[in-house]
Amino acid sequence: MSPETMTLFSPQLAARLDALVEKYPVRRSALVPMLLYAQDEIGYLSDAVIAEVAERIGVTELEVRNVATYYSMLRFKPAGKYNVQVCTNISCMLRGGFDVFEKFQEELGIGHKGVTADGVFSLEEVECIGACCWAPAIQVNYEFHDELTPEAVPGLLKSYRGQVKAEGKNPNA
Amino acid sequence: MPRLVSHPDEVKVVSRRFGMGAAEIDRYIELGGYASAKKCLEEGPDWIINEMKASNLRGRGGAGFPTGMKWSFVPKQSAKPKYVLVNGDESEPGTCKDHLIFLHDPHAVIEGTIIAGLAIGAKVGFIYLRGEYRYLLEIMEKAVADAYAKGYLGKSIFGSETEFEIITQTGAGAYEVGEESALMESLEGKRGVPRIKPPFPAVVGLYGGPTVINNAETIATVPHVIEMGGAAFSAIGSPRNGGTRLFSVSGHVERPGVYELPMGYNLKKIVYDVAGGIRGGRKLKAVVPGGSSTPVLLPEEIEELGMDFDQVGKVGSMLGSAGVVVLDDQTCIVEFALRTISFYQHESCGWCIPCREGTDWLKKSLTRFHAGFGEAKDIDNIQYLAENMMGRTFCPLGDAAAMPTIAFVKKFRKEFEDHLNGRPCPFAKHVEMAVL
Repeated sequence: MSPETMTLFSPQLAARLDALVEKYPVRRSALVPMLLYAQDEIGYLSDAVIAEVAERIGVTELEVRNVATYYSMLRFKPAGKYNVQVCTNISCMLRGGFDVFEKFQEELGIGHKGVTADGVFSLEEVECIGACCWAPAIQVNYEFHDELTPEAVPGLLKSYRGQVKAEGKNPNA
Repeated sequence: MPRLVSHPDEVKVVSRRFGMGAAEIDRYIELGGYASAKKCLEEGPDWIINEMKASNLRGRGGAGFPTGMKWSFVPKQSAKPKYVLVNGDESEPGTCKDHLIFLHDPHAVIEGTIIAGLAIGAKVGFIYLRGEYRYLLEIMEKAVADAYAKGYLGKSIFGSETEFEIITQTGAGAYEVGEESALMESLEGKRGVPRIKPPFPAVVGLYGGPTVINNAETIATVPHVIEMGGAAFSAIGSPRNGGTRLFSVSGHVERPGVYELPMGYNLKKIVYDVAGGIRGGRKLKAVVPGGSSTPVLLPEEIEELGMDFDQVGKVGSMLGSAGVVVLDDQTCIVEFALRTISFYQHESCGWCIPCREGTDWLKKSLTRFHAGFGEAKDIDNIQYLAENMMGRTFCPLGDAAAMPTIAFVKKFRKEFEDHLNGRPCPFAKHVEMAVL
């Protein structure tokens, strides 16, 4: 994209995406990472994000949607500032993954794919995240927390709430 | 940071540098890194492929195809560019070995990719990590940048005339993309659905060019094979199964963790000795030997079982990704089967009907059983349905869902019967009403 073109993204991300399309032998290979990086900044794949990604890659919006709907990490609605992803797959299940998930439901007052009213947390039950030997494991955004117990859940949530307070701003801003 | 474990029986080859700071390039070099790539640059492709064949290294992703042979299938002359593709989409439940490789030894992945490139005459390699592994992708990206800065990647690697580039790539959440042709689709910016084979990737792969695709563990093993010599590497393992394997041991054991053991190591010893036995002194009920898609084994089946591709195959299961999941005697098998099939139902990409519909119906049947509303005839129906998925799909996901299901029903039929007549078993913890 030329510098004059309007972009939804921060200058840093726009520069990163400009470089991303040059990285591959074929431009379209940048599509999946571009969607993910855009989502990391904007929070979800809004219609405007999809339109800009389509323009950057040089494909139709329909093609972008066709690809984006395939991948489970990509979403079309806002999540919380901290997206809590609890694995309940076999290795985590055997060591209490469901108990951890239930504790998060109870503490946050939301279920699978729910978002708290203040927008700070969202909750998801996810498939295997590749931390089977350190089960039960969760991810908060991209951060792993291993060998979690239901008792540790309130403290963990508190520490993330503390981070929001420390930043001193509305998470939805 | 994931906990590292160790045991005296371990033979540390691939995990040799874990916990030693080898993610820093200078430390990696200090520990002998990049010597293998330099050697391969001098020796040339035929020598590399011969060493790889002699090593009896077999694909660590799960299929166990001999790596040297795979590389030798790539045509020497090609009108289209050739590619090396590293599969770090690690998504098989029970498997977390590549996680540690990317974390502790990213340069081994880079060095192995360079060597594979030299062997097949490729100028570009891709390292694909699952989207959830963002912090590991950042470690890989830094390692790649450091290798470029040293001149180990780029237009003239190690000061030679040879060019080799590495491009890292992230997924965005999809088990199916771990299948080789689906991974290529994903890397081309498409939905990760599988391609029909033949043509095989060695002939028509990424961007239509000849492509070697290997699991991240396989690639990280390559520099060690070159360093110690193919024959010496082979000698560590069992016949036709060279070297060591990273076993991810999880579930109801005292000391879960990733252990590197020689191929052919006894499974009972892995459970009772290496991983410290069953948690809380309970009894063993079953073991899933190689990730969630591999048929479950009973305690009596693991007594004499050596963990290599051939021996596990002989007892009707698979070594797969070497994700050993241990179940104690208070596990509800119906619940475990349901959680397994729920995963495959969620991850089926929908391209092939037997898999898309089959996983859905299996999940429905098992949900009903789990809640205690199964009917006797459903036990046979589950098995019949699963058997009819086998071999009828483009990629192995359909089989991966069907195989364990058949084994659960065959080996634990009594438990399914115990769930009849509105009585879920006492160990079923997470009973949900079936939505049918």
